[in-house]
Amino acid sequence: MEFETVIGLEVHVQLSTNSKIFCSACATYGGEPNEYIDPVTLGLPGALPVTNRRAVEFAIMLGLATNSEIRRFNRFARKHYFYPDLPKGYQISQFDEPICERGSLEFYLGDIRRTVGLTRIHMEEDAGKNIHDSRTSSSLVDLNRAGVPLLEIVSEPELHSPAEAAAYLKSVRQLVRYLKISDGNMEEGSLRCDANISLRPVGQLKFGTRTEIKNLNSFKFVERALEYEIARQFAILKSGQAVIQETLLFDSTTGTTRSMRSKEESSDYRYFPDPDLPPVVVEESWVREIELKLPKLPAQWINELVTEFGLSLYDATVLTTEQAAAEYYHRVVTACNNAKAACNWVTSELFGSLHRDGIGIEQSPVSAESLAQLIKMIDTEEISGKMAKSVFEEMFSSGKDPVALVNEQGLKQLSNDDEILAVIRHEFDAHPSQLTGYLGGNDRLHGFFVGQVMKTTGGAANPKKVNDLIRQEAALRRPA
Amino acid sequence: MSDLASLSISEIRVGLSSNDFSCVELTQACLNKAEKLATLNCFIELTAERALKAAAGVDELIKAGKQGPLLGVPVGIKDIICTEGTRTTAGSKILANFIPPYDATVIRRLKTAGTISIGKLNMDEFAMGSSNENSAYGPVKNPWNPEYVPGGSSGGSAAAVAARICPITLGTDTGGSIRQPAAFCGIVGLKPTYGRVSRYGVIAYASSLDQVGGFAHNVRDCALVTKAICGADPNDATSAQRPVPDFESALGKSIKGLRIGIPKEYFVSGLSPEIDSALKKAISVLEGLGAIPVEVSLPHTDVAVSVYYILAPAEASSNLARYDGIRYGHRAQGTLDLKGLYSKTRSEGFGLEVQRRILVGTYVLSSGYFDAYYVKAQKVRSLIVKDFSDAFEKHCDLIVAPIAPTPPFKLGEKISDPMQMYLNDIFTIPVNLAGLPGMSLPCGMTSNGLPIGLQLIGKPWDEEGLFQVASAYEAATEWHKTIPALAV
Repeated sequence: MEFETVIGLEVHVQLSTNSKIFCSACATYGGEPNEYIDPVTLGLPGALPVTNRRAVEFAIMLGLATNSEIRRFNRFARKHYFYPDLPKGYQISQFDEPICERGSLEFYLGDIRRTVGLTRIHMEEDAGKNIHDSRTSSSLVDLNRAGVPLLEIVSEPELHSPAEAAAYLKSVRQLVRYLKISDGNMEEGSLRCDANISLRPVGQLKFGTRTEIKNLNSFKFVERALEYEIARQFAILKSGQAVIQETLLFDSTTGTTRSMRSKEESSDYRYFPDPDLPPVVVEESWVREIELKLPKLPAQWINELVTEFGLSLYDATVLTTEQAAAEYYHRVVTACNNAKAACNWVTSELFGSLHRDGIGIEQSPVSAESLAQLIKMIDTEEISGKMAKSVFEEMFSSGKDPVALVNEQGLKQLSNDDEILAVIRHEFDAHPSQLTGYLGGNDRLHGFFVGQVMKTTGGAANPKKVNDLIRQEAALRRPA
Repeated sequence: MSDLASLSISEIRVGLSSNDFSCVELTQACLNKAEKLATLNCFIELTAERALKAAAGVDELIKAGKQGPLLGVPVGIKDIICTEGTRTTAGSKILANFIPPYDATVIRRLKTAGTISIGKLNMDEFAMGSSNENSAYGPVKNPWNPEYVPGGSSGGSAAAVAARICPITLGTDTGGSIRQPAAFCGIVGLKPTYGRVSRYGVIAYASSLDQVGGFAHNVRDCALVTKAICGADPNDATSAQRPVPDFESALGKSIKGLRIGIPKEYFVSGLSPEIDSALKKAISVLEGLGAIPVEVSLPHTDVAVSVYYILAPAEASSNLARYDGIRYGHRAQGTLDLKGLYSKTRSEGFGLEVQRRILVGTYVLSSGYFDAYYVKAQKVRSLIVKDFSDAFEKHCDLIVAPIAPTPPFKLGEKISDPMQMYLNDIFTIPVNLAGLPGMSLPCGMTSNGLPIGLQLIGKPWDEEGLFQVASAYEAATEWHKTIPALAV
């Protein structure tokens, strides 16, 4: 029997607001343990939450960017459970009334465009961190993270492979980074992922029993954990047994999953509307205002690069991975008017050098305008493509513009026909025996003269012209 | 010199500005009176050193010519309100060692007004109780007769004012916790409209019902303390963005033509005959002043107690989840796993009534029961709100009612029967459920010398109306001048 994999992801995105979602304590990552705390973060007696409007605005931005329906009347609910990293004994979240519903997200798996439905996006506060100190066998609590705003993005169970799940997750990160609502940094935990996965016989409509895998903190782990879990569930089903609905933890060192709790042990969170927080009313005018501030999104960028600049879908997706790269490319192509060359230079030379030096495109020593200038110099045959590569290296290390570098180093390409012809004539006269052989039909000697001319001009001669002019001059000298 | 501790605010203002006494002398007199009446157990902690230091500071300000309606006025604070650097227990063992690092907004406002806090007042644990017998620090006794309860949960706040230990105190009212002890102790107490006073720094019992208010000897003093604590607060999202009227200017205004609603559901067979007759006399006094009594109906009165004992415990079970022994407060000793630490800490730290309400609240919020209890109760709550708005829209400007069906009862009399204790709040609870302002003022004495209170219930945000009627009534009667013997 063949099985189909069904995956849905729950992605937690930490919002990059200055302050926490319900108080004015700093929401920045890091800090000394318990540096970013106040009465509200600590859950002190008498402390009260006040909603950070900016966090709501960020949620609306993501909702608009995913074509979600935006709820006008938003209530927060309390979700109860006891844990040392949860200061109030409840988490303020949204329960049956999330701010965004029925959205969708478009992404590419290679060249294939996929659209996945988003069940809901809701706002909530993050918990703190428990750190176990094995030396003293005690647990320590750091509440810096407690109260940092989160958006939980729940996808429909519409992903069908680990690779697709990873591609979807990457597109979530890409989108929140374009919107500048999160840095999407998985190592620092500002993007976290839980996966629901089940198998069902191909053709069956009813979903199989699912398991939920927690703690997937890198794209690679998402794929590895899902691959492991598919194999595990497949083996169970194959042997005629039933998958148990449970929550699993992925262990990245062994690459396996292990049980955290079963469905029977799942807690009753006793959700009810938080009486400390009046509902957040999202006025139509507020939504319109936010909509006007939205940047151009990845899907729009890709469409524009393909239709207006004739790039391949692959090139367009590579260039739009980050907003800064897409914008950089756009500036280059606007200034040089050569879309394909601009794409090649950006994706190979520039990305290669940036990657080698470990710097972001925002810090690129070569400005988009300089790169455009370099491309124009190639197009007007001022320099050769080969020379351009070394000029680019110079530009990247010195930050100088290409015109200055070419002048400084006398790198200008020799393209003047008369000047090149003078050199050719000089080389013909200097090598009479080779010339005789060449004129007599030994075409291998053509390469000899090209090499001589290039050597004499120090490589500055336009090789294509040298090639053509040698044949032209030889034709003149051949007996009729 | 007369007993400085028993002066009203206006007498204090005159005395301080004309140098009859200093603020330090006044404060010392209050502290002495508190010590003298220590057996009443009004205070969980007296903060003499801090108070005298603050008083000396006020004396300097007065010398420099500073004035203010509450400058130098000694106050007592219910121990549910956070005071920076001063232990705040909420009457519970679980917070026996809790020293807040911040002041509640009402405390900041009182400090700005120049009041002198003399200490933290006893109360039912987490404001859960109607007799002050649920305090981990022992019951408060009624200054009129120490065998009787002072009411609750703000029993210490009411008893300290009634015993003339200080002129004003702060309390909180979730189901009657200001009005009922004010009635039992024969003083004035006001629960403002929900949202009128910031709850920031006020230890939460039931967030959608809790409200801070003041106790005083008379209506004017109550207006002054209320004015000082009201107003929007950016730290409390449920505080209302509304201007605060000058309540003092409502005092002394005629009540001629005002329609006084008499809810028929409040004058039923369970009402003590002495209270019934005191109320009827009070109504005829108001009528004599030109008010027009009209009968009104609040048909859902009989279910208010049930609604309250679903919603308040639900919110309480959530609000009290933070007392887990991890960050502050009591923590159980011994090697325990996490679950064991939580349950031992909470079993040791919370008293029986608090545990009872946490269990009830946890139950009504549990999946499978939530709709039948919590959701249903919220629906009925909206009917109670509608009862009042219908009455105010169609029939009356303000409502007059008893505070409690019985006069003060003896210590120990009802403590073993929670249902009987809960029913004592039948006339105060609807006001909290509807978020309305409610006031208690003295209107009579029982045959055995215990006070009877008159409740005034206003439209939302109409504290002015309450002060207007209360001051007219007070001017026409002598009840507010009657003082317990031990206070003299």
